[in-house]
Amino acid sequence: MDFLTLIQVLDSSVRLAVPLLLACLAGLYSERAGIFDIGLEGKMLMAAFFSGAVAFATGSAWLGLLAGIAASVMLSGLHGLASITFRGNQLISGVAINFLAAGMTVLIAQSWFHQGGRTPSLAGAARFNPIEFPFTETIGTIPILGPIYSELLSGHSILVYLAFLAVPATWWILYRTRFGLRLRAVGENPAAVDTAGVSVVRLRFSAVIICGILCGVAGAYLATALQAGFVKDMTAGRGFIALAALIFAKWRPWQAMWACLLFGFLQAIALRYQNINIGDFTIPVQFMDALPYILTVVILAGFVGKAIPPRAGGEPYVKER
Amino acid sequence: MNVMPKWADVVLIPLISLVLAAILSALVILAIGEDPVAAVKLMIDGALGSSYGWGYTLYYATNFMFTGLAVSVAFHARMFNIGGEGQAMLGGLGVAMVCVYIPWPHWSLALIFATLGAALFGAAWAAIPAYLQARRGSHIVITTIMFNFIAAAVLNYVLVNVMRPKGSMDPATARFPDAVHLPSLHDLLGPLGISFSKSAPANISLLVAIGACVLIWVLIWRTKLGFEIRAYGHSESGALYAGISPFKITMIAMLISGGLAGMMAINNVMGEAERLVLNATEGAGFIGIAVALMGRSHPFGVFLAAILFGFLYQGGAELALWTKIPRELIVVIQALVILFTGALDNMVRMPVERVFLALRKGDN
Repeated sequence: MDFLTLIQVLDSSVRLAVPLLLACLAGLYSERAGIFDIGLEGKMLMAAFFSGAVAFATGSAWLGLLAGIAASVMLSGLHGLASITFRGNQLISGVAINFLAAGMTVLIAQSWFHQGGRTPSLAGAARFNPIEFPFTETIGTIPILGPIYSELLSGHSILVYLAFLAVPATWWILYRTRFGLRLRAVGENPAAVDTAGVSVVRLRFSAVIICGILCGVAGAYLATALQAGFVKDMTAGRGFIALAALIFAKWRPWQAMWACLLFGFLQAIALRYQNINIGDFTIPVQFMDALPYILTVVILAGFVGKAIPPRAGGEPYVKER
Repeated sequence: MNVMPKWADVVLIPLISLVLAAILSALVILAIGEDPVAAVKLMIDGALGSSYGWGYTLYYATNFMFTGLAVSVAFHARMFNIGGEGQAMLGGLGVAMVCVYIPWPHWSLALIFATLGAALFGAAWAAIPAYLQARRGSHIVITTIMFNFIAAAVLNYVLVNVMRPKGSMDPATARFPDAVHLPSLHDLLGPLGISFSKSAPANISLLVAIGACVLIWVLIWRTKLGFEIRAYGHSESGALYAGISPFKITMIAMLISGGLAGMMAINNVMGEAERLVLNATEGAGFIGIAVALMGRSHPFGVFLAAILFGFLYQGGAELALWTKIPRELIVVIQALVILFTGALDNMVRMPVERVFLALRKGDN
C-alpha cells in the first residue's frame, strides 16, 4: 500500500467513522445517565429518512437536518417514556424502537415517494457538500504533509467537523460542568442524586434527549452527506457498531473517538479490499466485517482490560415513599 | 401484592396491549391513505381463507414457536436472549451439514439428526455468551447482539467459500437430496381424508414445534430444573441461598434457548427452502421476542402468539401483493406489540390495576 492509497483509506475511514462517532457519543450521554440504549440504530434510521425526505422537499440540507433531529428526538421521547416514566425494560424498548424505525421509514417512504422505500436522490444544496480548506491547491503539492492537508483534513462536509468537535465538547460537559457531574452520578447512584434534591427524571430525560439530537445528526449525515438520499435500512448495523465502540471505549468520550476511527478504518478496509493476503494466509472479507463485534466481545469478556458499565444502567429508578 | 386476578394478568393485559397495537396500526394504514377495514379483511382472507393461506400461516407460526420458546426460556431465568437470529442461522448450518454430507435412507432418520444438529449448533452459538455472562459478567444482551453479526459473517463465509457447489454463483448450499424431503401438511393430512394445499410450505416441523411447546411446559413447571430456572429468575440471591448454582442455571437456560432457536432451521431450511441460503432466518429470531412477550413466556401463550404472528406475516404478504401497503407494515405491528406488551407494560397495567382496586373496595 503506497502513501496515497493509505491517505485515501484513512480519508474514507474518517467519513465512515463519523456516523459511528455521533451515535456513539449519543449512547454515551444516555448510558452514562443510566439508560441503556440499543435503539441507536432505529433513531439514526428514522433521522436519515426524515432528513432525506425534507431535504428533498425543501432543497435545504439544514432543514433536513432539523427534521432528522426532530424525528430522532421523538423516538428518544418514546424511549424515555417507556424506560423512565413507566419504568419498563430499557432493552425491550430499544428493540421496539429499532423495529418501529425499520418499518415506518419504508412505509412512509413508499407512501410519499413510491420508489420502493427510498427518497429521490438529493443534489446541490439539499446535501451537505464538502468544504474545501483554503490553499489546498498549493499546500497539496508539499510531500507527505500536503496530501494529509488537502485529502485527509480538507474536503469533508460540515457535519464531519461538527462530529469531531463534539468529542471535546462532550468531555467538557461530562467532566467540567455541574450538569455533567450530575449526569454521571445519576448513572451510578440515582438515589444519591435524588437525596441531593436533584430530579432524577429530569436529568435522565435530558440525557435521552441529547442522545436523540446526536443520533439525529448521525442519521442526517448518512442521508444528506455520506450518501445522496435515504435508502431502506441504510444504517446497516451502524447503531450496533457504535454501541460496540462505546463499550470498547469504556464509556469515555476521547476513547470513543479512537474506537470509532478504528471501526471506521476496518469498514474502509473491508470496502476497499475483498480479501487481504498476508503471505500464504488470506484474511477473508467476512472476518473484517465481523472484527468490530469480535473485538467488543473480547473487551466485554474482560480479557483485555475490563469494561464496566455505569452501575445503575438498565435499572429504573423508583423513588422511595 | 396481587391486585389483579390471574386471568386479568394472563389474558386481559395482553389483549389490551394487542388492541392498542391494532388501533395504532390502523391509524398508520389510514395515514398512508389505505382502508384499514379492507386491509384486515384481505389479511384474514389471505391468511386464513384457504388451506393455502393456512399452510403459510402455520409455516411462519412454526418458526415463531421455536424462536418464541427460545426467548421465553431465557426470560424465565431473567435473561434477554436477543441472539435468536444468530442461533437460528447457525442452526441452519447444522441442518445443512447433516443433510448435505450424510446420505440418509429416509426422511424420518434425517429429521431426527437434523433436529439434533440444529439444536447443537444453536446451543453452541449461545454457549459462548452464556459462559461470558456467567463467568466474566459480560452483559448477555450486548454479547448476543454481537454474536448475531458474527453469525451472519460466519454464514456468509461458509456459504461463499466452503459449502457453495462448484460453478454456482449463488451463495447457497446445494439442494438437499430428495430423500430428506420432509412431508408437508398435504402429505400428512391426505391419508386422513383432509385435502390440504399442495404448494403451501407448512410441514411436519409444525408437529415438532408443538411437541417442543409441550416439553418446555413440562420442563419449566413440572421438573426440578424448571423450578431452579424460575427460582433463579425471580431472585438470584434467593436461588444462591437455596443452593442453586447461578453458573449452572445460566448455562443450561441459554443452551436450551439457543438449541430451540437453532431448531427453527428444520422448518425453514429443511422443510421449505431445502437448501441453506444467506438470509434464511428472515428476522424470525427477532419476532421470537415479540412472541415471547405477547405469550407471557408461557408455552401455550407462545403457541397462540406464534399463530397470531404467522397470520400477520402471511396476511402482510397478501397485503403487499394486492394493495400499495408494503410488507414493512408487519414490522411496524411487531414493533408496536413489543412496545406495548414489553416496554410500556406498566402503562397498560397501572390503570387496569386501579380499576380492579376500585372494584375490590366496592365489594367490601
